[in-house]
Amino acid sequence: MKKALAVLLALVLVSGASSVFAAPKASNGGKVLNIYVWNTEFQSRFKDYFEKAGLVPKGVTVNWVITANQGSAYQDKLDATLLAQDKAKADDKIDIFLVEADYALKYVNTNYSLDVIKDIGMSKADISQMFKYTKDVMTDSKGVLKGVSWQACPSGLLYRRSVAKEIFGTDDPAKVQEQLNTWDKFDAAAATLKAKGYFAVSGYDDDFRAFSDNMTAPWVDKNGKINLDPSIMKWIDQTKLYTDKGYNNKASLWSPESAAGAAGKVFSYFGPSWFIDFCLAGWTMADAKGPKAVGNGTYGDWAFCKGPQSFSWGGTWLVAAAGTDNKDLVKAIFEKLTVDKATLIQISKDTGDFTNNEAGITELAKSDYKNAFLGGQNHYGLLLDAVKSIDRSKITPYDQGMTEKLQAAFKEYFDGKVTKDKALENFYTAILEQYPNLTK
Amino acid sequence: MHNRRKREVKEARTLTKKKFVNYSRWGYFFIAPFFIIYLVFSLFPLITTFYDSFFENYRVGLMQVGPTFVGFANYLKIFESDILKYGLNTVILWILNFIPQITVSLLLAIWFTSYSLNLKGQQFFKTIIYMPNLIMAAAFSMLFFTLFSDGGPINLYLGNAGIIKEPIRFLARVDWTRTLICIMNFMMWFGNTTILLMSGIMGIDVSLFEAARIDGASSLKTFTKVTMPLLLPIFVYVLITSLIGGIQMFDVPQILTNGNGAPDRTSMTLVMFLNKHLASMNFGLAGAVSVLIFFVTVGFSVLVYKTLMKNYDPKRSAK
Repeated sequence: MKKALAVLLALVLVSGASSVFAAPKASNGGKVLNIYVWNTEFQSRFKDYFEKAGLVPKGVTVNWVITANQGSAYQDKLDATLLAQDKAKADDKIDIFLVEADYALKYVNTNYSLDVIKDIGMSKADISQMFKYTKDVMTDSKGVLKGVSWQACPSGLLYRRSVAKEIFGTDDPAKVQEQLNTWDKFDAAAATLKAKGYFAVSGYDDDFRAFSDNMTAPWVDKNGKINLDPSIMKWIDQTKLYTDKGYNNKASLWSPESAAGAAGKVFSYFGPSWFIDFCLAGWTMADAKGPKAVGNGTYGDWAFCKGPQSFSWGGTWLVAAAGTDNKDLVKAIFEKLTVDKATLIQISKDTGDFTNNEAGITELAKSDYKNAFLGGQNHYGLLLDAVKSIDRSKITPYDQGMTEKLQAAFKEYFDGKVTKDKALENFYTAILEQYPNLTK
Repeated sequence: MHNRRKREVKEARTLTKKKFVNYSRWGYFFIAPFFIIYLVFSLFPLITTFYDSFFENYRVGLMQVGPTFVGFANYLKIFESDILKYGLNTVILWILNFIPQITVSLLLAIWFTSYSLNLKGQQFFKTIIYMPNLIMAAAFSMLFFTLFSDGGPINLYLGNAGIIKEPIRFLARVDWTRTLICIMNFMMWFGNTTILLMSGIMGIDVSLFEAARIDGASSLKTFTKVTMPLLLPIFVYVLITSLIGGIQMFDVPQILTNGNGAPDRTSMTLVMFLNKHLASMNFGLAGAVSVLIFFVTVGFSVLVYKTLMKNYDPKRSAK
């Protein structure tokens, strides 16, 4: 009762106060730049290469709204805000939001995203050096480009050099690649690794993207029917085999156990270049706050090769939201962080990230660039070959949900807790709960 | 004569008016905020939930579907799902935590209120046992998730002590997952239950206990013949609130299993199932689940109340 009264009083006070003291509408909009994002990867790029360069205009506050990606939490938050974008105050409107390939289409084919050329004012020349697939993903059904990225995500196999020497007698990426260029060879190597006390991969989901990125048809067909691709079934069978035989460390993706493997007994991780700097490098260091240098854990004991199957994984695109009151600043950010060759080369040099500039990467690939984490390897040439074969024409807006629910459901099958059929049934149950518009 | 009579009546009336100010109006005024808030935030949503359950109404991403009237289609869909399994999970999880909880709470309540024991440092212990309830369920659950993860401190400790060779994968096993959920719920709620039961026991006339002691009743006899019968209303209150809380249980298993109710949906409770639909803003199906939960709760509460209070005689507890 007391509580209720207090709440009521508070409500009355708040509503009364706000109507009396309502601030005058900001006449010169654009004081706040709202960026919606799910992790700190872009934030650190922005801070290091845009903010530190003094490019944020005086009086503008950059407001980061970070919501975790898992379980569609980020998408839900973004959707709710976008749906209310029209009614929001100028300083509360989203200016830039970031998307992943897994659900990019959801926003590309709507009016919530702005045309990079016509609305933002970038030129055709600006985007000419971006890799084609990064533009394909963000091009809507009418051929309009809706977003840009600073990175491209050709992926490969990251392996421990010292373990490769022990198993194959060499740690040279070209020679190791010969030993691992098919899944059969990878299976055989996994058996050898197991015998020597190593795990081929850290857990269930590590090589998932190698299979899911090579699907023959999209996850969902035109009629909304869910398609279980043969490529996905191959992943399921392989992972079951690996789990039963002890080739993996039974860790789930992004779990502490998976990360711990990098400084332990895990031979390889599958991933793109962002995975190196943003994830793996940190996991390998025995002293997390120590220097990023050889001798700190297994840092520097890694190398990059193509692996059994070429694939791409992830990628982050910047999208200008309809209704932004900071178009000029958005344009400046896009140009500095996704177009400017010098900046992109610097990012690649500093972090090992494969930046989205063909001329820049070609230059780097031919240079004497050495990546310290990869034991002095220049991985850009290898990835430059891979990036051209990337085909993301089979993405759907549902990919993130499919990936998460499938991995969660089949983890129990790998663990031996349920049969394959039951796991499949659980997957369908979970996915239809999330997307009631789809059919089995 | 007639006029005088009139005047007297008039005076009497003014007198009555002055003497008896109608305070009951103020009473209504003071309880109004509660009822207004209840109407707006509880009753109205309750009714709209019933209404919503007859519509197909959900949002996938930015695409809104419905609302379209579909009659009982949502209920049919719910009954086709594994809702009975989730109901059973909920019951199992509640019973496994309630039995130890009520046992320990009763014991503690009796000890704390016992004159013959006269425990020292009661305030300290009462505070301590209530403490876990102050932690957010989500934080508590996250703590357990970390403690009992495959590479977590518990496995590390057991491994180092040589008790186990391979880490126990607690959260991949049905028995362990359920046990952990029950331990957490137990720890969070036994303090609260103890305090409720204590207040119930302290409301019983001390002379009754003394009389029992003088008559030579053993502690067990005192408990079964004096304490329990007189504690019944509070006991039933505790049971019903815990039952309702149990039916609505979701926070602990939700966080512990990442919302999946793993393994094989064996720790998926009714409200977690409800949340699954809320994630896609599926107000139709979620509404149907809510309505079912509502009726189950009402049914159980009435059943418990009727059966347990059948033999209760309020005159006996009158002081």
